[in-house]
Amino acid sequence: MTSPPRDVVTSPPLSATRGGLPTRVLGSRRAVAGLALLAALVALAFAGPLASPWGWADTDIAAFWEPPSSGHWFGTTQSGRDVFALVLRGMRRSLFIGLGVAALATGPAAVVGMVAGYAGGWGDRVLMGGADLLLVLPPVLVAAVLSPALGSGGPALVVLLAAFMWTVTARSVRAMTLSLREREFVLAARFLGATAPHVIVRHLLPHLASLLVADASLNVGAAIVAESGLAHLGLGVRPPDVSLGTLVADGGGTATTHPWPFGFAAGMLALIVLAVNLLGDGLRDALDPADAR
Amino acid sequence: MAVFLARRLAYSAVLAVLGASLTYVLAATALRPRAGFETRTPRPPEAVVHAELRRLNLDDRVPLAVRYRTWAAGVVHGDLGHTRQDGPVGAELRRRAGVSVRLLLPGTVLGCALGVLLGAYAAARRGRAADRAIVAGSALLPAVPVFVLAVLLQFAAGKVNDVTGMRIFEWTGESSPGAGGPADRVRHLLLPTVTIALSQVALYCRYQRGLMLDVLSAEHMRTARAKGLRRRRVLLRHGLRVALVPMTAYSAYAFGLMLVGAAFTEKVFGWHGLGEWLVESIGHGDVNAVAAVGSLAAGTVLLAGLVSDVVRGVLDPRTRTAEVAAAPTTAAP
Repeated sequence: MTSPPRDVVTSPPLSATRGGLPTRVLGSRRAVAGLALLAALVALAFAGPLASPWGWADTDIAAFWEPPSSGHWFGTTQSGRDVFALVLRGMRRSLFIGLGVAALATGPAAVVGMVAGYAGGWGDRVLMGGADLLLVLPPVLVAAVLSPALGSGGPALVVLLAAFMWTVTARSVRAMTLSLREREFVLAARFLGATAPHVIVRHLLPHLASLLVADASLNVGAAIVAESGLAHLGLGVRPPDVSLGTLVADGGGTATTHPWPFGFAAGMLALIVLAVNLLGDGLRDALDPADAR
Repeated sequence: MAVFLARRLAYSAVLAVLGASLTYVLAATALRPRAGFETRTPRPPEAVVHAELRRLNLDDRVPLAVRYRTWAAGVVHGDLGHTRQDGPVGAELRRRAGVSVRLLLPGTVLGCALGVLLGAYAAARRGRAADRAIVAGSALLPAVPVFVLAVLLQFAAGKVNDVTGMRIFEWTGESSPGAGGPADRVRHLLLPTVTIALSQVALYCRYQRGLMLDVLSAEHMRTARAKGLRRRRVLLRHGLRVALVPMTAYSAYAFGLMLVGAAFTEKVFGWHGLGEWLVESIGHGDVNAVAAVGSLAAGTVLLAGLVSDVVRGVLDPRTRTAEVAAAPTTAAP
């Protein structure tokens, strides 16, 4: 096994080469663009209702299937609900679900994967056995069983989705930890008497950061889409409440004749995914110690 | 390798038994088969409902441990119990599994192969227009739910049918009633295959691109180039082969994810497969059917994991002897 010379004694000094983390993140055009887009979307989702004359639960019985106009900016649905207000409501729901699941899935996955990989032995077997067991349970069944407790797209749904999404990440984190553990800079730190938590946080985490960020950014979109799938089966957000996923799903059937409910919801979903991916890619490049370009 | 495989096999067997048992216990505690019998019209007498439930091992007044033992004893002897309509679960499971495999296999294979090739190609052209297009596409495609993708594709296919004046695409069921020839079956398979392939391709592509990028900067690639091998040969023999190793582990998990997503594809295209059966059975409170699908899914995912271990052993000779067989090879080429 050979390693790049910079790893011989210690982990590469991250800050010395390219400035502090904020500097590097702000230096990445993609990260800045992603952050700005995400901030704009959050602002729109929360401030938009103040400007809109219609609430998301209102129905305008004078306007069914109305195309976008000055009265209804994004048009109305079949039952006369204002698409602009609905899309913003869905965005708040979906941003909460997507960002919540990403944090709740990737964080524990990093901890479990690193501990299992670094400690090895029985702890490793039990943790990974638990992850494998979750993999073989049908999520639809678990969601159906828990659905009385899930409510309508609240925090319980976030926890459920995260519980099913963390396992794959935990596996890849563990696999990377296993190989990092044998690298010279980690061995050196251990022989110098560094404690396990110190090695994990100071020497393993920086090398795993890019993987984790990429994973978290993927999970945001995946969680939003997964919620729409559950809602499609009657297990996620329930009518009259909406999420971007349910709007896209409901609008898909009539997209050919009345494209606006589907188009605006799908567009916002795509923008959220785009923003998170841009931010993730930018952070990935900024965090990766091997990528010194 | 043999010892490693034997250990993996034992581990998978234990996990499969645990997973199947957990599914049964979950289904048996949470589902209410009694409700389905009591709401029949005309409402059957209490004693009949009771006897029927007792006979099908669905009686919620029998302790869970007893019901579980009855079910497990049956499974050990190859009997998965009876559905609520009194048909044997095993036969229905086999039929449904056949439908699901016919629906999912072509699309999955196509999506996996295409994703790996696109990802590797994008990595080889890093930063150029082709790479950027592939990265953008693979970032946006997962943002479209499968059932929406299917509806949009059906719409497009309808247009194509109209323009050409021929029934090139069919999208309801496995075959047209009355005409079950191979050509007809292929026509019914075209659109589902494209849908499934598209839903899979992006994830494989993203993952493969990342792996390939790691490998491209490795020393052994430079050595291979330095000794005069052509770029194409280096990329395929020395790059792709190494980058495929972690992919084998990932594909086992992706297979599990696909089984989950199957319910939507089956619903949209009107195929009566496993996913649809699972969702219906949960709705009807059909405990034995749910447990059977759960057990099959558990077994399949674990089998896929085993196969991926073997494939990895073939691709990466080091894992045949190494203690840390699960270590990825990208970080230490």
